[in-house]
Amino acid sequence: MADKTEKKSFFQRLKAAVQGTRDNLLGKIENIVLGKKEISPEMLDDLEAVLIGADIGVSIASEVIEKTRQKVDRKLLCDPDHLRESIRQELLAILLEAQKAAPQASVSGPAASPWVIMLVGVNGTGKTTTLGKLANRYMTDGKSVLICAADTFRAAAVEQLSVWARRAGADMVHQSSGGNPSAVIFDSLQAAVARKTDIVLVDTAGRLHTKSNLMQELEKMKRIAERQVRGAPHEVLLVLDATTGQNGLIQAKEFIKSAGVGGLIVTKLDGTAKGGVVFSIVREFRIPIRFVGIGEKIDDLIEFSPEAFVDGIFLSGRE
Amino acid sequence: MFENLSKRFQKVLKDLKGEGHLTPRHIEAAMKEVRLALLEADVHFKVVKDFVARVQEKALGQDVMLSLSPGQQVVRIVHQELIEVLGGGQASVTFSKQPPSVFLMVGLQGSGKTTTSGKLARFLSQEGHHPLLVSLDVYRPAARQQLSIIAESLGLPIYEAPQEMNPLVLAREALELARNKGYDVLILDTAGRLHINDELMNELEQIKGLTHPVETLLVADSMTGQDAVKSASEFHEKVGLTGVILTKLDGDARGGAALSLRHVVGQPIKFAGIGEKLDALEPFYPDRLAGRILGMGDVLSLIEKAEQTIEEEKALEMAEKIRRNEFDLEDFRDQLRQIRKMGPLDQILGMLPGIGPLKGLNKLQIDEKELLHVEAIINSMTPYERCNHHVINGHRRKRIAMGSGRPVQEVNRLLKQYVDMKKMLKTMSGSFMGKALMKKMKGRSFPGMGGGFFG
Ligand SMILES: Nc1nc2c(ncn2[C@@H]2O[C@H](COP(=O)(O)OP(=O)(O)O)[C@@H](O)[C@H]2O)c(=O)[nH]1
Ligand SMILES: [Mg+2]
Repeated sequence: MADKTEKKSFFQRLKAAVQGTRDNLLGKIENIVLGKKEISPEMLDDLEAVLIGADIGVSIASEVIEKTRQKVDRKLLCDPDHLRESIRQELLAILLEAQKAAPQASVSGPAASPWVIMLVGVNGTGKTTTLGKLANRYMTDGKSVLICAADTFRAAAVEQLSVWARRAGADMVHQSSGGNPSAVIFDSLQAAVARKTDIVLVDTAGRLHTKSNLMQELEKMKRIAERQVRGAPHEVLLVLDATTGQNGLIQAKEFIKSAGVGGLIVTKLDGTAKGGVVFSIVREFRIPIRFVGIGEKIDDLIEFSPEAFVDGIFLSGRE
Repeated sequence: MFENLSKRFQKVLKDLKGEGHLTPRHIEAAMKEVRLALLEADVHFKVVKDFVARVQEKALGQDVMLSLSPGQQVVRIVHQELIEVLGGGQASVTFSKQPPSVFLMVGLQGSGKTTTSGKLARFLSQEGHHPLLVSLDVYRPAARQQLSIIAESLGLPIYEAPQEMNPLVLAREALELARNKGYDVLILDTAGRLHINDELMNELEQIKGLTHPVETLLVADSMTGQDAVKSASEFHEKVGLTGVILTKLDGDARGGAALSLRHVVGQPIKFAGIGEKLDALEPFYPDRLAGRILGMGDVLSLIEKAEQTIEEEKALEMAEKIRRNEFDLEDFRDQLRQIRKMGPLDQILGMLPGIGPLKGLNKLQIDEKELLHVEAIINSMTPYERCNHHVINGHRRKRIAMGSGRPVQEVNRLLKQYVDMKKMLKTMSGSFMGKALMKKMKGRSFPGMGGGFFG
């Protein structure tokens, strides 16, 4: 919103973003274990509630707690103070496995020209805003960026995107509202090839994963892209709102199936929602989280790091 | 993905044999699954805890319906309680005595405020109102243009001042315009904001202070998880919500956030958004969402079937009584109650093939008050009298009249009606009251009809 932030370091901003989360969880966990000499079953139950409250979901929450319980039973864990570390480790392991399992797609990788990134997701998750942030990021890196306005459905979607294009200093290709999104992709890629643009960012209309005609439209858009540029779209990223609950898992499943999603962007982590459903998503589908959104300003997008993320939640005392 | 809840549920409860009433053992086993269902539906964990405790208390010692297993019985109780907590029936918006009625739309980013503002304007104008729209979202790129396009496509008026960057000024000017031009509703679309953003929450407070909205509606995404409790309670605390609009219900989210929202806001959910088109707004139906949250569709339909069976059994029993001429005054009273639910008897009988308009049936139409009197009269009879109406002589009639506080003539009239009805039923039962016909009747569903004459 108001543009009055001084530049903060990457880590400071990440910390600020997860501060609420961390204080919250940390506070709760410490309340639970504070002053207790022994680990009691109630402690573990309370911890499970804390995880469920973060949208982590019953199945992973109880699994993590169960593993911890076993450690307690086998006397590998006796000190209530170490409970937190144990849970941190379990959660981190889930994220790390997925980050490793999936090859990191990279713009600087084998030069496809142009490198095409497409953002998909349900309505209102932050696709357009994130696309503006991404454009700015790549422009700052010295890449040339072309924005493709393939949301031809929502009222004023093109106007919204063009503001972001201007802010980022990127070119944009669009058609009149109500047009055919595949046609916009066709035009954009032709222009990008002609101009030798490094990166094309495709904004798409929000759609519920339950609407099969709209999901098929995504498939078609992908086919058109592929016909224009080999391997395109090189990255399809699902933009997921951190406030989303367990439905996020089904969203991921459907967008992976129809749009070949290969990575996640989690937005609105500057609120109090934890986005815990990503644990189920990365576990189930082994796709990495690429970026997180931490505000509405153009530089409020940071690269995702499992360590920093989980550490931000669980580690280090409050300063 | 989610294990099939219903299957697991039935597995858990299979071994529990009916004991006539629900025991703690039944309830505990069922509650475990219910808790899981609610959590997987995104109901906040604390709300789940409260809810489960309440249901547990309610369920304990309840009689088990014959056609239901104890587990199904618990689900039935949970389902009914869910409907109750979600608000029971439908709620609508209110209007202020002094127009314009200001509706303030608030919520997190991306929840659907702008689209919903347009939908609401359309809805209200179809109800004969004259709404004026205005967007106070001076922050998000092209937010105001979005609402303009929506208003234009609806052919509804909007107040615009593209150069004005102060939401309060915009609100004041729109309010003035509404007053001067005689719009009776002003819908204020606002910027999405985080509940922890003090600056923007204060702005909302100021907008509210300036415009005195009669409705302050939280627009909330039905896919929201546990955070719903936190965000909604902050919004409620700061601006005092009068209702909730639940969006994106055309997806497949179970929508448990609704329960959390009701819990912290305590105000009704007034509408549901069910699509991107501007006509995709409908009243909120608690019963539909209750079934969806529980996610035990097959168990619920089993229960419904069982309930139908019970009704059918009751109806058959009644038919049998009629056939054997055992239809007594107590049955008469029950049937009158049913008629009240179903509508006038002549209409119902008119639907039966082979029966034309029946003379004299109009006399059987009764209103609420009359029914109360009938009940009072029948209640003043002894059980013996109720089964043997012919013993009710003049002396007894006087006593019954005194006991019920009704004139003797009314007692006489009632007894005559009863005898008429009994006669009529007797003649009908031979030809029409067969099971096949009752089946046919079931096909036509009468609203609110339960265990009536014909099932
Ligand atoms: N607080 C916050 N808001 C965001 C973030 N990303 C997007 N938004 C807001 O979410 C709303 C919807 O964003 P938009 O990009 O239009 O979503 P789209 O429909 O998916 O394209 C807008 O009000 C954005 O400003 C974020 O990381 N944090
Ligand atoms: Mg968009």
